[in-house]
This record gives sequence, C-alpha cells and structure tokens, in this order.
Amino acid sequence: MAEDRDILGASPFRKEGRAKVLGEAKYIDDLSLPGMWHGATVRSSIARGSIRTVHFSSEIDWSQYAIVRASDIPGENTIVHLTKDHPCLAADRVNHPEEPILLLAHPEKSALLAGVAGVRVEYDELPGVFTIEESEKAVEDNDTTRIIWEGSAHGGTANCFKQYVLHSGGAKEAEDGLAAAFESADFIVEGEYHTGAQEQLYIEPNGVIAECKKDGSGRVISVCVQGSMQCPYYVVHALTLIFDLPEEKCRVIQTETGGAFGGKEDFPSVIGSHAALLAMKSGHPVKMVYDRAEDMAATTKRHPSRTRHRTAVSKDGKLLGCEIEIALDGGAYATLSPVVLSRATIHAPGPYKWPYVRVRAKAMATNLPPHGAFRGFGAPQSLFSLERHMDKVARAVGIAPEELRRRNFLGTGDRTATGQLLAEPVDMQHLMDRALAESNYYEKVERFAVENKRSAVKRGMGIASFMHGSGFTGSGERRLNSRVDVELLPDGRPQILVSSTEFGQGTNTILCQVAAQTLRIPYDQVAIAQVDTSVVPNSGPTVASRTAMVVGKLVERVCAQMVERLHADANLTGRYEPEEFTAAALRYLQRHGSMRCSVRYEPVRPVEWDDELFHGDAYPAYGWAVYVAEVAVDLNTYSASVTRFDAVQEVGKIMHPVLAKGQVEGGVAQGIGYALYEKCVWKNGRMMNNQMTNYIMPTSADLPEIQVHFEEVPSVHGPGGAKGIGELPMDGPGPAILNAIHNATGVSFDSIPLLPEDIFERLTSFTEPSHGGTEDLDPTREGEFLPEVNA
Amino acid sequence: MKSTVAMTVNGEARKVEVPPMKRLLDVLREDFHLTGAKEGCGEGECGACAVLVDGELVNSCLVPILQANGTRICTIEGVSTEGRLHPIQQCFLGEGGAQCGICTPGMILATHHLLEKHPNPTLEQIQEGLAGNLCRCTGYMRIFEAVQKAVEAQHAI
Repeated sequence: MAEDRDILGASPFRKEGRAKVLGEAKYIDDLSLPGMWHGATVRSSIARGSIRTVHFSSEIDWSQYAIVRASDIPGENTIVHLTKDHPCLAADRVNHPEEPILLLAHPEKSALLAGVAGVRVEYDELPGVFTIEESEKAVEDNDTTRIIWEGSAHGGTANCFKQYVLHSGGAKEAEDGLAAAFESADFIVEGEYHTGAQEQLYIEPNGVIAECKKDGSGRVISVCVQGSMQCPYYVVHALTLIFDLPEEKCRVIQTETGGAFGGKEDFPSVIGSHAALLAMKSGHPVKMVYDRAEDMAATTKRHPSRTRHRTAVSKDGKLLGCEIEIALDGGAYATLSPVVLSRATIHAPGPYKWPYVRVRAKAMATNLPPHGAFRGFGAPQSLFSLERHMDKVARAVGIAPEELRRRNFLGTGDRTATGQLLAEPVDMQHLMDRALAESNYYEKVERFAVENKRSAVKRGMGIASFMHGSGFTGSGERRLNSRVDVELLPDGRPQILVSSTEFGQGTNTILCQVAAQTLRIPYDQVAIAQVDTSVVPNSGPTVASRTAMVVGKLVERVCAQMVERLHADANLTGRYEPEEFTAAALRYLQRHGSMRCSVRYEPVRPVEWDDELFHGDAYPAYGWAVYVAEVAVDLNTYSASVTRFDAVQEVGKIMHPVLAKGQVEGGVAQGIGYALYEKCVWKNGRMMNNQMTNYIMPTSADLPEIQVHFEEVPSVHGPGGAKGIGELPMDGPGPAILNAIHNATGVSFDSIPLLPEDIFERLTSFTEPSHGGTEDLDPTREGEFLPEVNA
Repeated sequence: MKSTVAMTVNGEARKVEVPPMKRLLDVLREDFHLTGAKEGCGEGECGACAVLVDGELVNSCLVPILQANGTRICTIEGVSTEGRLHPIQQCFLGEGGAQCGICTPGMILATHHLLEKHPNPTLEQIQEGLAGNLCRCTGYMRIFEAVQKAVEAQHAI
C-alpha cells in the first residue's frame, strides 16, 4: 500500500467533531421523550446507621409523585460489580453519606426539590470509620461496633475488600532473598506516601433517560436506558438483576458523553437502575441528570492511598530488594476496588529490575461513598509513592536521581516483578536521555541552584519514570472474550459495530482509521454505529487503555475478514481502488442481501497469568515513559506551580498524532491538578467542597507549556503497532512535580494534593515529618528555603 | 407570575412568556430548543453555558431572563452560517480543540469574544481570555493551538 494513502498515523478530523463544534451534538440533557418525567434521589444524611422511619411531609400532595423504595425492586436489590454487597437502594441501613434511600419522579422538574426536602428519614446512628487507619484499628482491636463491612462470599474479610501479595519468583525464594538483601544492604531507605481522593470532574454530570414496558398484569417485560456512560454492557448486567430480566430485554444506548475518565465506568449502573425503577413506577419515561453538587457528593472518586516503602540498596546504587505495603480507601462498598488494587499492586515496583520484591496490598472499607474508577486505576497511587521514593533512595546513596534510575531500569529481555518476559523492545535509557535533553535538565538544575540562593522563588526540576499496562490485567482479556463486528450499509459503506464508547478520547476516529487502513478505502467512507446494545456486540468495557490496542486489533482482523469475503464472493481483485471496493460490496449485497463479519478476541501471543500468585504476563504490553517537571515555589505565597512539563513516552505507533498529543496533554493537566490543586475535603465521610467553586481544577491560566514527545516502537499487540495511551499520562506528573519541589526547596513532601497551606505549614513549623527513613531530612540543615531575598 | 421578554437570538427577534427569574440558560434550552449551551455547574464557574449578550461573554446560568430583555444574544447555533463552519470552529476541529465536546460551544464563544477584543492575542491573553471556561479533556494546549490558527485564518481572509 502506498505511503501517501496511510490513514493510520495521519490526523483526520474526529468523526463526531463537526457536530461538536457546531453545538449540534446531543448529550443526554439535550434529549427529551414525550410524556417524560424527571427523577431525583433522597439520600442519607448520615454516614452509618439503621433507618428507623421515613416520614413524608403532609404539606405535599404525594399522589403527584412516583415513589420507589427498596421493596419495589422486582429483582435483586444490588448494583452488581465484582460482588453483590452494594444495594441499589438502602433498605434498612445506610453505610455512607449520600447513600440512595428513596427515588422520586414528577412531571415537573421544579417539583423535585420540594419533594426531596419533604422526605425526612430518621436513623439510629452507628459509629463510622473514615480513614484507612480507623478501619485498620477496628480490625486490630476486634472492635465489632466499627466493623462496617463483613466480608463476602466473593472474598474479603472484615473491613477489607481484598488483599494481595505479590512476590517476585516463589514466596520462599523472595522472602529469603529479601532477608539477605536487607542484611547486606549499604543503605535501607524507608518512606511513607499518601495520595488523596480525586474527582473526575467531567464537565457533563452523570445522566440518563429510562423507559420501561409492562405487560397487562403490570409485570416489567423490558427496560431501556440511554445516557452518558463508558460501559453500556455493565449497565445491561446491572439491569438484568434489578428487574430479573434476560439480557436481551435490557437495552442500553450510549448518548454523546461529555467526559468520563472512569467516572462513568461503574456509576451509570446506579443512576441507570434508579431511572429505570422510576420509569417502572411512574409509567413514564424518566430523566435523571445530577446537578454538579450531587454528582460531586454522591458519585465515585479516585481511591485515597497510603503506601510504605522499604528498600535495600547498595552503595553503587543497585536496588537489592523492596518491601511495599499499599492500602487503598475503598469507601463503603467493594465496587471495583479489588481490580483497582490489582493494578496498583502490579505497577508498584515500577520500571526497575528488582532481584527481590514483596508487595502487600489491601483495600479497606470506610464510611465514605464508594471510590471507583479514575484514569490510571490504582497505578497513579503506587507510582507516586515509588517515584518519590526513588528520589529519596538516590539521595541516601548520594547519586543523582536520574543516575539511580538508569542503573536499575528494566530493558528488553528482562523480567518484571511478576516474572513477565519483556519480549518487545524497551529502551528506558533512551527515554531518559531524551527527557533530559528536551527539558534542558542539566542546564536548568545548575542554573536554578545558583539563582535560588538569591530568590524567594525557588525553582527546581523533577523526574518520574514509569510504565502503564495496556488492556485488562492477566487473563482478563481472555475472560472478556470481546467481539467486534463490521457490516455493509445498503450504500456499500462498511459500518463498525462495537460497544467501545466515544467520550472525547477518540474511539470513533481511531477505530474508523483502522478500518479504513485495513479495507484500503477513504476514512470518510467508514461509519461507526451508535453504541446500542440491541445492535452492537459486547467488545468489552471502554477502560484500561484497551480500546486502541485490543479493540483496534479486533477491528483490523474483522476488516481483513470482510476483504477476504469480498475477494471470495464478490470478485474483488487483489489490488483494488476504493471505487472497486464499493462496487464489490454492492455486488455482495445484491447476491446475499447483507454482510456482517465478526471476530472474537484471541491473544496475539499466549498469556500466562496466575491470579492467585500474581505471577506471569500481567498485561499484553506496556507504555513506557519519562516525565520531567519544572516548578517554581514562591515562598511569599507558599504556592507551587509547574512552569514547564516535558512528557516523553513510547506507546507504540501513534495512530493519530493530534488525538495522541491531546490525550497526553489532558492527562498531564489532570496529573498537575492531582498534585497541586484538587483536594477533596471530608467531614464524617461527606465531601464538604462539592462545588467547582471550592474544588479547584486547573484552568487555562494555571497550566504551563506541556511538551509531548513520542518514541514510536511498533508493538505486535495493537493495530498498525499501536499500544494503549489513555491512562499513562496520569501516572507521572504527581511524582515528577513533588520531586521538583524537593529539588527546589530541599524539603521532601510526601503527600498529594500539596496545596499552598500544606507547604506553608511544613516550611514554618520546623517539625520533622512524622515518618520517613534513614534519609530523614532536617529542613533547618537543608537550608536554602528561607526567603533570603527579603533580607 | 410570568413576564414577556423580547430579545434577538442569533439574529432573529424572539418573544417568550416565562417567570422573570427563569435562567437565560433554561430559556435558551427549553423554550427556544437551543441546546448548544450546556449546564456544567450551575454557578458560573465552568463556562459551559457561556453565550454572547450584546457582544459580552456571559454565563447564561447566572442571568435571570428579565435581564436579557432587549438584548442581542448569540449562541453556538448562531456562529456558523448555513452549515459552513466559522474559522474558529474549523480550527477547533482541525487542531483537536474539541474532545468530549461539552465545553466546546462555550469555549468557541469565549474565543470569539477574545478575538474581538484582541485580534492578535498573546499566549497570555489567550490563557486569561479562556480562563473562565473549564475543559477537563485537553489540558488546553490543543485549544490554544486552535485559537492561534484561527487568528491566522482570520488574517488570511
């Protein structure tokens, strides 16, 4: 195929882009159905307790409302994810603030505010646990009054949703090796690191419209939910249990989705079920769209974390062994915590060669709203701690941070901590070279060190090196067994049928590029169907950096199948022009009426994975990266800002340079927010700053120049050599920025988000951090941070 | 209680009888079926509902309809002409300035307003000019490029 016709690697306009810039794209709140009512949720005002009574105000004419209680649910009262611990509506007890108890619908949206206010719930309160530490303490003390989650048939123990232990090699070999490594180490470096909850803050809140059909006896025979979501088949699964209906009677349609970032992975099952129940009860279509305050208070966020590192290292900077303990705060129900924890565990040792590794990880229950999926899915937490810790190890050894990393990078042919052989080329050394060169690292480090002595604005440089696995973990892709179809439209154009959703990242565009490339026809001639589960097969959820690589590969294969069938059965010649493709397609349709090709997932290479031992091929492929942050810390205002950011990564072949850059820039921006701006303030399990006014995400005026650099190394796992890209850029900014702040101020900060008040408190308190290892820093000795310029 | 409010919307004289405190955003979306303006926060922080009122960039979620009486309003639906994209829209499309698209209508109107004020904006002026419009997808870099391209395109006309 001629180079000038390559569409993979070009940057065509995004498929739905024209509708978006015209303002014509229809999001769920832009849609309305005849006779449609509006729905709202009555939520728990306390964190934990049993429901004594529910009062309905006598001042309201309740006959005008549809009211749904837990007892109205025709099937199981559960929002199914990995277990069934999560009720759809609280029946007799609540476990977190904002837990849904009752649902109301009314023809007038304006009547709902009074309706919700007119329901008063009385509780017998129970003590809650609100932090990882309180949850652990309840278990240690065997304090049954504070055991808030009992364990389930699907695993987990009191207050703990899941635990994992990852050992490099066998458990005994690793433990013996670790004992010897710590015995012989020249330095042992310890550290404890914390990350906060983060709100996805998609600009379009969660929303759906539901319809329900009943038979003559009032029994539900089918439901249909359309709305803003990532994973329509997850919603189908949830509805089958709620309504006790077969899959084909639960139809789910994705409408244009205004951002998701994981926040619309698990939650649409909740709001979708709620709206469908209200549609059942009211006999009308029901729209539920949260306002911002409700969306922020009640829906999932990134798991807060605490990670402890203990590292054995030799005096020449060779890593000898590590012990890592990860604890995530999962909130009140298990939801996706076990799989978030799994990704956190596997990413914890990072892109380094460790002779011996032990990672112990657990997800604890607290009386917060359940935490859920957010871009990175556990990896940003463990990579923040690892990459902060690597800087501390370098200081302890007395070598530069980049040098410590260089001496320990994984490379081609090495094995990761799970024992996975890195068969495809990995060149972290080159990524480091390039990141240092692009950011002008050495010149700046030297210059800032001089300038900082004379300035109250301290500037510094920080590095993070890391990787992110593309696709579901281990045997996950095999279990998903994703299917992708392509059909011919009556005019001879091919149409892709997938459940992969577009929510800004470019799914529609890149999958059409893959099809155009494989079918050798123009991009504009490829259509992609709206995701409607009555039409498209289940190609798996749109998560885990899997769409470009895994689903893209399936699109490539199914299109190859279509070409073969046109060769075999419609006289398509070996080499053909686009018009000949269309002619052959029309011939085929004339002969056979229709054409639909279909493929299912097959691993490109065999995947060996042991779910129990956490051993084997954790992911089909990894994206690799070295990020460099340049920061300025103003000691007059105690605010830190990023002044330039360089992101160097290898994510296989780039399918669409404009979209790929956009993915990295957007991820870096969210990472900067995670590190320096976005703080969830909790009080007794309730988010207190559930407004855009006081939960601060970066604006256009807050962000520095973000420079994106790609190294393109084709992978066998994705179409045209592509790998996943979506989550990787979320992992690096946090640690790179805090490493840069360490470089700028000489003070080690180990928690994010790091707001000006946190910097102020630390720099003015002169107390040593409560935790830390052999390299504990004494700020008075480190000096240099006092605003000497004012003197 | 309802009031009659008259205004010009995208060049067309419109009249509506609604409660005087009804938000301009709701009148546009519900009464005029112009759904390009979005509600992102309902408190004037995100700019997804931004429209031009007498040429000024306004968050329509903060404006009671009575205040809009007698004004000229431009929404995203009034930016293109007969299906032909405005250069700003074209550049947002080409440079990847729209990802999920929910902030895009407001962002394009903010750009329009910015370029009226500063036909040759510096990067800093672009950053400041768009700071009232939040985008969670792009990290703004593609949007800055789109604005810079739109400046070039306008000069080329």
